[in-house]
Amino acid sequence: MKFLRRFLIRLANLTTRRRADQRLQEEIAEHLALQIEENLSAGMAPAEARRLAALKLGAAQAIREHHHAEQSLPFVENLLYDLRYAVRMLLRSPGFSFIAIATMALGIGATTAIYSVIDATLLHPLPFPNPGELVRIQDDLPGVGARGVGISIPEWRDLESSGIFQSAAITGRGANVNLTGTAQPLRLSFKQVTPNYFAVLGVDAQLGREFDPRDTTPGYNLEVVLSDGLWKREFGADPHVLGKTVRLDNDEYHVVGVMPRGFRDQGSTSDEQNVELWLGAGFAGMPFPPPLRESRLRSRAVIARLKPGLSIAAAQGHLDALVDSLKKQYPSEYPVQTAWTIRLIPLTETVVGGVRQSLILLFGAVGLVLLISCVNVANLLLARTSVRSREIAVRQALGAQRTRLIRQLLTESLLLFLLGGIAGFGVLFCARSFLLRLVPESLPHLNAISISWGVLGFALAVSVTAGTVFGLAPACLMSRLDLTGTLRQEGRGAGGSRQRSRARQILVISELALSLVLMVAAGLLLRSFWDLFAVQPGFNPDRVMAIETWLPGPNDPTTDPYQTATQEAVLLREILRRSRTLPGVEEAAIGDETSLPLGHSDPTRLPLIREGLETMDNQAPLIESPIVSPEYFHLLGMRLERGRIFSDQDIETSPQVAVINQAAARTYWPNEDPVGKRVRLHLDTRGLANIAKPAWTTIVGVIADARTESLADTGIPLIYRSVYQRTSKEVTIFLRGQLDPSAISEQVRGQVQAVDATLPVFHAETLEDVLSSSLSVRRFSMEMVVFFAATALLLAGLGIYGTISYVVNEQRREIAIRLALGAQRGTILKMVLRRGLGLAAVGAGLGVAGALIVSHLMAGLLFGVSPTDLPTFAGVSGLLTAVALAASYIPALRAMRLDPITTLHSD
Amino acid sequence: MKEKPDVLQGTLALMVLKTLDILGPQHGYGIARRIEQISGDLLDVNQGTLYPLLLKLEHEGSIASEWGASENNRRARFYRLTENGRKQLRAETRDWEQTAAIIARFFNVKAEDLV
Repeated sequence: MKFLRRFLIRLANLTTRRRADQRLQEEIAEHLALQIEENLSAGMAPAEARRLAALKLGAAQAIREHHHAEQSLPFVENLLYDLRYAVRMLLRSPGFSFIAIATMALGIGATTAIYSVIDATLLHPLPFPNPGELVRIQDDLPGVGARGVGISIPEWRDLESSGIFQSAAITGRGANVNLTGTAQPLRLSFKQVTPNYFAVLGVDAQLGREFDPRDTTPGYNLEVVLSDGLWKREFGADPHVLGKTVRLDNDEYHVVGVMPRGFRDQGSTSDEQNVELWLGAGFAGMPFPPPLRESRLRSRAVIARLKPGLSIAAAQGHLDALVDSLKKQYPSEYPVQTAWTIRLIPLTETVVGGVRQSLILLFGAVGLVLLISCVNVANLLLARTSVRSREIAVRQALGAQRTRLIRQLLTESLLLFLLGGIAGFGVLFCARSFLLRLVPESLPHLNAISISWGVLGFALAVSVTAGTVFGLAPACLMSRLDLTGTLRQEGRGAGGSRQRSRARQILVISELALSLVLMVAAGLLLRSFWDLFAVQPGFNPDRVMAIETWLPGPNDPTTDPYQTATQEAVLLREILRRSRTLPGVEEAAIGDETSLPLGHSDPTRLPLIREGLETMDNQAPLIESPIVSPEYFHLLGMRLERGRIFSDQDIETSPQVAVINQAAARTYWPNEDPVGKRVRLHLDTRGLANIAKPAWTTIVGVIADARTESLADTGIPLIYRSVYQRTSKEVTIFLRGQLDPSAISEQVRGQVQAVDATLPVFHAETLEDVLSSSLSVRRFSMEMVVFFAATALLLAGLGIYGTISYVVNEQRREIAIRLALGAQRGTILKMVLRRGLGLAAVGAGLGVAGALIVSHLMAGLLFGVSPTDLPTFAGVSGLLTAVALAASYIPALRAMRLDPITTLHSD
Repeated sequence: MKEKPDVLQGTLALMVLKTLDILGPQHGYGIARRIEQISGDLLDVNQGTLYPLLLKLEHEGSIASEWGASENNRRARFYRLTENGRKQLRAETRDWEQTAAIIARFFNVKAEDLV
C-alpha cells in the first residue's frame, strides 16, 4: 500500500519534476544569501562569509541529485526519453514510418479480422452457460453401417434416469409450420422439443416462462415459446402476448413465453439456428408413434447437459455400461449383429464441425501474411542501420551501454508495431459493417461476430509480441557495431556490415518462401473453386426459379384438408395449372424440399428395405428420397437412362412406383437391372401413426446422376417418389422461362392463395443463386486466401526491391570503379539482376518445399486438383520469379546508369 | 554523500513540524536557524538537506507555503503548518514519547526487577 502510494507520487513527480528542482535551487540560493548576509554582519570578510555559508549548507548539487533520484522512477523516465526520441525519429523519416506502419496495419488488421470470426465461431461457439457440459447424443448401429438412427422414448427415459446427465432433451431438427391469423400466412421455422429443453441449454425466457420441465404430456402440450425477433415483428413487442392463442398448422397453441434477444438455437444449419417457435411435446402420444423401444425417433436429436465435473470420456464410460446392460435386458430389441452404441459428441463440435478446416486455413493464411509483413518491417529496420550506424557508433563511443542502446532501438520498433496495430484495428473498426457483409450467411455462428474488447486485446498482444520478436534482432545487430571501422568510414557505405546484409538476405528469402506457400495455396483453391464452378452439375439451373409453400400438418390428421395424396394432388395440379398461365412461364413442376437442388442442408433419410433382403427397419441403409411431380426431370434437364419416369396416371390408388438415380442402382443393385425391383421405405413418424406397414414400391426407371446434393459430390444414391402418390407438406414450385424475379413471388402467391388463402408463399430464388450460395463458404475462404496471397506477393516484391536497392547503394563505389575501368553497362545490369534472381531461386526452392507440406494438409478442401498439381506450382514459381526480376530491375537500371566520375568524387 | 539513517530523517521532519507549530510561519532559513539553536551543536545536519524535506512535507500536505517578505524585506517562501500537519505532529509526538518511554524503561531496568 505504502509502496503503491510512493510509486504514484513518483509517477506524478514525472510531470512536476522540473518545477520542484527549480524551487529547490531557488530556496538553496535564498538560504545561501541569507547566511552570507548574516556572516557579513557578524564581521567576516566577504570571501570567508561565502565559504563558510557554503560549507554549512553542504553539497548543493549532490542534494539536488539525491532528491531527484529519490523522487523519480528512472525506468519510466528512460522510457519516456526513448519514446520521445523514437517519435522524433519516426517524424524525421516520414516515408519510412508510413510504409512500416501501413505494412503492419495491413498484417495486424487482417489477422485481427480473421481472429474476430474465429473468436465467434470456433472459440465461443455456444452462447449458453457452461457450454463444456453440453453434449449431443447419437445412436449408431455400426453393425449394419447405420449412423444417427435416432432414439426411442424408453431409451430417452433410461438416459434421463442414468445419473450421467443433469437432464437430456429431445429436439426436432428445425422444420416449418404455418402461422395463420397474421396479415399474411407465414412459414416459420419451429422445433418440437421436450419441455426440459431450455433447462438443458440453461437459458431463461425474458417474458413469461418456458415449458414446465416436469410436464409429461405425451403429445404436444399446446404451448409455444416465441423468439424475440418474431415477438417484435409480428406481435409488436406486446407485453400482453402471454396467454394469447396462435394458429400453427391449424392447431391452437398458447403463448407462454418469449426468449431473450440474441438467443439463437443450437444446431449446425441456418434453419435450426433461425428457429422462431418452440413447441413443447412429449414425443410419446398423438401425432407421434406409441413409445415403443424399437420405434426410434428419426430426424430428432438428443442434447444433454452432463453432471457438473463429469468429463465426456468418463460419461461415455458410464454410458457404455448402460448400453451393455440394456442389451442384456432387451435382447430382441437390440440384436447382436447391429452392435447398437450411443456416442457423446461435444455440442460445440456439431455446431462448427464443417467449417473448422476452412477457418483454420484462413487463419494460417493470414498468419503468413502477418509474418511476411513483420519480416518486411524488420528488413526496413535493418536497412536503416546503414543510415544510422554512425549515430549509434558515436553514442557507443561516448559510453552508451549496449543494453541501453538495444532498449532504445526496441522502443522505436515497438512504437512502430503498436502504431501499426492500432491503425489496423482502427481501419477494421471503421469498416466492420462492410466487412461483416463479406462473411457468408451459411457460416455457423450462434454468437454475433463483433469487433469487441477481446479482439482489441488480441490486436495489441499481436503488435507487442511481433514488435518484440522482430524488433529485437535488428536492435541486437545494430548495436554490435565495429566502432573504429564505422567511425573511420565517414558515412561511406558501411563495409563491416556483412553480417547485416546476410541477415537481410535471409529475411528476403524467407519472405519469398512464405509468399510462395500462400500463393500455391491460393492457386490450388482457385483451381478447385473454378473446377467446382465449371463442373457439369447434371441438371440445368438456367432460367429456373424455385418458390416454396407449406401445407399445414395439424396434430389431428382427420382435420387436415390435405390428409391423403389424392386430396393433395387436387391442390398441386391446380397450382401447376395456374402457374403455367403466368407470364413467361414455359414449364412448371413441383417437388418437396429435398428435391430443391443444393438448397437443403439436412435431408431426411429413409431406410431402404429391398425385397429379398428384408431386414429389420432399423438395420437398413438410409437413403434420401425426394418427392417430385412427373415434370420435374424434364424441367431440370435430367436424362432418363432406363425404364420410364412418373406419369399422371401414377396416383395414390395405383401401384406405388419410384425412380432411382444411377448411384442408387450401382450401390444397391450392382450388376443387376433395378427396373422392376421392389422396395419398402419406412415412413416418417407422422405417417407411422396411420399406416401399419408401407406397401411395396416398384422401381420403374433409372435417371442419370446429378449433383443435386453437393457440387463436390457425385454419386449420392437417391430414390424419387411421385408427389401424386405421397403426401408432402413442403412444396417447392419450380418454374422455367423468362421470369421476372422481382414480380414472380407476388404472382405465384396470388395464384396459390386463390386456391387456398391460408398457404404462405416465400423464398423465391433462382437456381443459379441457390447454386452459388451453396459455394459461399468455399468462395469466402478462396477469395480471402487469394487476397492474402496477392498482399504477400506485393510485400515480397517490396522486400526484394528494398534489398537489391540497398545492395546497389552499398556497392556503388565498386560499380563506379568497374565502369571507370571499362566494364560494359549490360554486364552491370546482369550482375544486379543475377543477385535478385539468386534470392528468388532460393526463396522459391524453400517455398515449394513448404507448399508441398501445406497443400497436403489442405487436401480436404481441394476439388478436382491434386495437392501436387504441377501447373499450379510451376505457374506460381514463375510468377514469383517474374515479380522478383521486375523488382530488381529498377535498382539494376540505377546501377547501370551510375556516373563513375560523380560517384567516385562524392565519396 | 553519506546516507542519513531513516530515524534521523524522521526526527528532522518532526523537528520541522514542531518548530512551525511553536513559532508559526517561517521561511527555510529561519527553520534551519531555529533547529540549530534549539538542538545546539549536538545535531550536525547539513542545512541543505532541509529543503528536499520541506518539499516532501509540502507534497504530503503536512505544510503549505506561500511567498512573503522576510525581516529585511527580501522575498522569501514562508512555510506554515496545515491542519493535516498538526494532526501528524500530534500522532508522531505520541509515538515518539511512547518509543522514548519504552526505551527509557529498558535502560532503567535492573537484573533483580526481572526475577
